[in-house]
Amino acid sequence: MNEKERMKAYNKYVNAKIPKTRPFPSLFNSFWVGGLICVIGQGINDLLLFLMPNLSEQSAWAYTLIILIFLAALLTGIGVYDKLGKFAGGGTIVPITGFSNSITSPSIEYKCEGIVYGICVKMFTIAGPIIVFGVVSSAFVGLIYYIVGLFV
Amino acid sequence: MEIFLDYLIVFLIGGFICMIGEVLIITTNLTPARILVSFVIFGVFLEAVGVFDYISSFAKAGINVPIIGFGASLTKGAISAVESQGLLGVFTGSLTSTSGGIAAAIIFGFLFALMCHSRTKK
Amino acid sequence: MKCQTIKFKKQPKIVGSYSIVGPKEGEGNFKDYFDYIMKNDFFGEKTFEKAERKMVENAIIGAIAKAKLEVKDVNLLVAGDLLNQIISSSYAARAFDFPYLGVYGACSTMAESMAVGAIIVDGGYYDNVVCCTTSHFSTAERQYRFPLEFGNQRPPVSQWTVTGAGACVLSLKGEGPKVTMATFGKVVDWGIVDVNNMGAAMAPSAMETMLAHFENTSTTPDDYDLIVTGDLGKLGSEILIDLMEEKGIKLGLNYGDCGQMYYRRDQKTLCGGSGCGCSATVFNSYIINKLKKGELKKVLFMPTGALLSTTATQQGESVPGVCHAIVIEG
Repeated sequence: MNEKERMKAYNKYVNAKIPKTRPFPSLFNSFWVGGLICVIGQGINDLLLFLMPNLSEQSAWAYTLIILIFLAALLTGIGVYDKLGKFAGGGTIVPITGFSNSITSPSIEYKCEGIVYGICVKMFTIAGPIIVFGVVSSAFVGLIYYIVGLFV
Repeated sequence: MEIFLDYLIVFLIGGFICMIGEVLIITTNLTPARILVSFVIFGVFLEAVGVFDYISSFAKAGINVPIIGFGASLTKGAISAVESQGLLGVFTGSLTSTSGGIAAAIIFGFLFALMCHSRTKK
Repeated sequence: MKCQTIKFKKQPKIVGSYSIVGPKEGEGNFKDYFDYIMKNDFFGEKTFEKAERKMVENAIIGAIAKAKLEVKDVNLLVAGDLLNQIISSSYAARAFDFPYLGVYGACSTMAESMAVGAIIVDGGYYDNVVCCTTSHFSTAERQYRFPLEFGNQRPPVSQWTVTGAGACVLSLKGEGPKVTMATFGKVVDWGIVDVNNMGAAMAPSAMETMLAHFENTSTTPDDYDLIVTGDLGKLGSEILIDLMEEKGIKLGLNYGDCGQMYYRRDQKTLCGGSGCGCSATVFNSYIINKLKKGELKKVLFMPTGALLSTTATQQGESVPGVCHAIVIEG
């Protein structure tokens, strides 16, 4: 058996042997925690519109997201969000709170390397790709929209 | 009763989207960053083909709170800026519409980093 | 094939050993054997890296004291850890007035440092050599994986890096278990790409070293009271048993894995412990203890190391493993 075949056979054997996450509790937990975070967001949004009826829908959403981001940063700071994340997985990663956690957690972690080289440099180690991909792909959509607009 | 139904829809759709994220984690071994990136691009796609507003009209926070909403908001900004400013909008639009969220994350991240210390996991 | 095994003529003795662990490890299966259990992972320091350094210092001082020697009697320190540029060991070494030799074998460092130390002592070049190895969960986690506060789920194959440091003193004078043989291992890579699945990446290297050792010394697993691998974990040790069976060698009840045995089941470490502190602390507490009491007579200690780095992984490299074995007789 040559090297490549052995590696392939070994990988196949290992893949058959590795323990799998049981889908039941993890999927269910991510479902209800994720759903709950969305419901909280909706609640904040409705409350804002109730308290400040003059708010435009867009501004209300912006406020809602900012409040959620604040709450997630707070929970990250007091060491609760990582426990929540261990329990809920996708339920705490996919909502905007996960984005906030991915910025706050490296900031806290690398604080001991100083404010500039620690907090500021490492802040986007996890969230950087999200912003880069989001901006580049939406700019691409905007460009297509612009080019199509020239001819239509 | 109607408001209860509204919240139920928010819960179900939001939960479902998060569950897809969990399915990706379990089955593909993708890191969280890659999962978030794919959700953002999915949001950009939904907005680009014009479906997002329709879903948002009944799913509300169920689709706006997941990071899909962030992608859609980036694209919405880019498109509307292109309409008002032309080519410049390609560059200014996306970050203008999401500036609140990004700035909030940076500001709160920075402040809490100054105030809090990292802890060992148990 | 060339002989990989060294047989020591004068057989250096382990005259003193010391282990220091974190609070989670202090609740694990070996809790009664450790010399010191820290109350928290900071160990009175400001950062985890500094805490790890202090653990190394304390382990070295502890081992020297238990060997009934003084710091001025020590000729050399051989030490290693998991961090980049092995800073924990090197920075701890600057507190001591003896020469320092830094070694890196990832989680196999304990056997590597002891084998190197035993060669030097056996050759008669130095009298007393201290070997020390350490790892810290929080420093390893931020270097290899995610920030601690990041809310992710650990994959089911992942292992928990042990917070702990172990040190021992090798010398020809004095009383203690003897280091009789050492087998250095080759770097083996069977193409495992998943960095979390270190057990599977290291199991082939453990197999190669074990086969070479048995062949070179004409021994079988039954000749040892205990054969113990370092941190293959639950999955990796099962794989090793399968691999050895394929080669016609059956590992029986005298085989164990430090990582798999380290934590209690309810401590939720998934596949068990890992890191150089894992094998180092078990060796310098439980195994030495049993050897001294005579409950174990001949132990084959073979920690394994996954020689990965985040840079290599991000460039698409697979995870190579290495395994060094030493034989200790009571």
